[in-house]
Amino acid sequence: MWVSLRRAVVVSLAFFVLLGLAYPLATTGIGQLLFHDKANGSLTANGSTRIGQTWSGPQWFQGRRDGDDPTATGGSNLGPRSQELSDKVKKQIDALKKEGITPTSGLVTASGSGVDPDISPDDAYAQVASVAKSRNLPEDRVRQLVADHVSGPQYGFLGASHVNVLELNVALAALT
Amino acid sequence: MSFAWTIVAFVVVLAICWRFLGAYMVTVFNGRSTWLSFVERPLYRLLKVDPESEQSWQRYAVSVTMFTGVALLFGYGIFRLQGHLPFNPQHFGAVREDTAWNTVVSFVTNTNWQAYSGETTMSYLSQMGVLALQNFLSAAVGIAVAVALIRGFARRGSKTIGNFWVDFVRSNLYVLLPIAFVAAIVFIGQGALETLSGPAHVHNALTGVDQTLPRGPIASQEVIKQLGTNGGGFFNANGAGPFENPSGLTNFLSIILILCIPVALTYTFGKMVFSVRQGVAILAVMTVLFGGWLTMATVAEHQGNPAVAAAGVTEQPTGNMEGKETRFGAPSSALYNITSTQTSTGSVDSAADSYTAIGGGAMLTGMMLGEVSPGGVGTGLYGILLFAVITVFIGGLMVGRTPEYLGKKIQAREVKLAALGVLVMPITVLVLTAIAVSVHAGRVGPLNAGPHGFSEILYAYTSQTNNNGSGFGGLSANTPFYNITGTIGLLLGRFGMIIPVLALAGSLAAKQVVPASLGTFRTDKPMFAVLLLGIVLIVGALTFFPAVSLGPIVEQFSGGRLF
Repeated sequence: MWVSLRRAVVVSLAFFVLLGLAYPLATTGIGQLLFHDKANGSLTANGSTRIGQTWSGPQWFQGRRDGDDPTATGGSNLGPRSQELSDKVKKQIDALKKEGITPTSGLVTASGSGVDPDISPDDAYAQVASVAKSRNLPEDRVRQLVADHVSGPQYGFLGASHVNVLELNVALAALT
Repeated sequence: MSFAWTIVAFVVVLAICWRFLGAYMVTVFNGRSTWLSFVERPLYRLLKVDPESEQSWQRYAVSVTMFTGVALLFGYGIFRLQGHLPFNPQHFGAVREDTAWNTVVSFVTNTNWQAYSGETTMSYLSQMGVLALQNFLSAAVGIAVAVALIRGFARRGSKTIGNFWVDFVRSNLYVLLPIAFVAAIVFIGQGALETLSGPAHVHNALTGVDQTLPRGPIASQEVIKQLGTNGGGFFNANGAGPFENPSGLTNFLSIILILCIPVALTYTFGKMVFSVRQGVAILAVMTVLFGGWLTMATVAEHQGNPAVAAAGVTEQPTGNMEGKETRFGAPSSALYNITSTQTSTGSVDSAADSYTAIGGGAMLTGMMLGEVSPGGVGTGLYGILLFAVITVFIGGLMVGRTPEYLGKKIQAREVKLAALGVLVMPITVLVLTAIAVSVHAGRVGPLNAGPHGFSEILYAYTSQTNNNGSGFGGLSANTPFYNITGTIGLLLGRFGMIIPVLALAGSLAAKQVVPASLGTFRTDKPMFAVLLLGIVLIVGALTFFPAVSLGPIVEQFSGGRLF
């Protein structure tokens, strides 16, 4: 009994040092050395490309129906037959229609993280006309900009096609 | 179309893991792998353990229990004292008593149920020194127990089943650490965070938006949470968060990391009992179950979300996107979440609560089958071996012959132990759910109304008792009622199985082998696999069908109604 207790304490301390401190610290060291920008959050002058932001107004491409608060991540957690979910979606549909955007399933739903940095190509193309109109740009040019920013599925088969909203909007701002 | 290629890659990579990781683990647990002996030897000296010495099943069980007790106190202490300890750039105070207790039990039992939000509760020391550390250690306990049970089958007339401290140290050093280390670097290269700097404040000059981004040593914890089938997220969003799971590749690798050890252990099992075909029969049952549940969820999520359709968007070409990330899409999200609930992982890359009735029901019922397809690291293998014992027993009843499994006579004691191990989980889940829906403190928990609210409660106890840890996130689980009742489920689910499994291992190890004859029921043939599959399904359906009817099934058939 006492032998087991002593071993349990010693093994806990030894692995605390080895796996609880040395392993994460060594990984941090190597990560910082090899992938400094990514390991620190892919930060750019206008925020992190990995974390979604709220873009209000028709002059910007908008992201998903997310809170975009990185200190409180997570989904809506509303079920598939939730009246509240249906009401929220309806409100989003009305807001999108007011800006002349045809609602798509990606734009009216919230993501799992609450900070989805991406939208699908369909979601982006649906906004081309309203963005072009509000910025007095030819629609073709804006559509080409979206097309240039579509990426994925990764290596052609992992995940889905997506457009990074921050990168798209920064390129859009540079266009005018 | 790209999803079909994902599945092809998934099968190919896992087949490679099965063969080579499986064979590697044989050498690890036979003591033939020695490339890390420069760390291993000093550890044994520190522990005063002779790596050649062995333990009876009782001593093995005492060692497991003692280690767990110390790990619980150690973790609880750090949570409560984190305000006074280093690596706390956000200056978080002590974790509340009931939350700290539930969390430490949850991580030590390999569950990783999380009632708290990581971004606003845990210091970096708590994340690294308790949560990530227990991701390793609890997984190693599971592997050790499974290896002890395999030895029980493989040995004849033996009083011992191995040495817990040696199996435990080897699982950590030779299996978990090297894979986690390499995977963590790949994750960082894809955009997962790994930093000790505190939160970053960013300002977007184009829109004037300000954000505070919590950060931390995420990648190193992310990979071991998958590899050890633990599942606890650094942040609340878990695998959906872009800082944890940044790309299609990391999403795919997460799935592979989760499945590689449980799948490979069937090869290890076969090799150690001198017949790989025995392992193949087990793996075949796991594969059929996994494939069935994956199909159910993928088809259901492809249908779109009824509440979104009711609001006016009936065209949902990419499926049900509520609670899902754009970069993964619905099919890969379903693959991830099914993988996580068919093992004891419980990490999610999409909000389980917002899945369709059938998609969410697939996650729930996957756990209810006892997580044997392929189940958690170690836990999945010993879980299905309990079912295998029951299967040969029922097969024996049909023909009126004393059953055998791998040459060992299965008698009253073995059948009782196996039945005990199989029944602890459903009894605990159903009783705790019944209590929660009967008292006010339980009924105020759910976020959603109607049958989905009941599903949230049922899911919470199913997940905790199976040591899974995923949740229908709408449930307000961080209350004393849910924290304390949940802890009962966590402990019973873990030790209600480990103790009977070790007792079974001891009892089998002591037996002599009966030579196979013409009348022996071959357990490496399709007939056995079909019977085993049937037993798993029947036990699950008989115990849980009424409860599932009140949740996902009613929800699916409630027509156009919203709640």
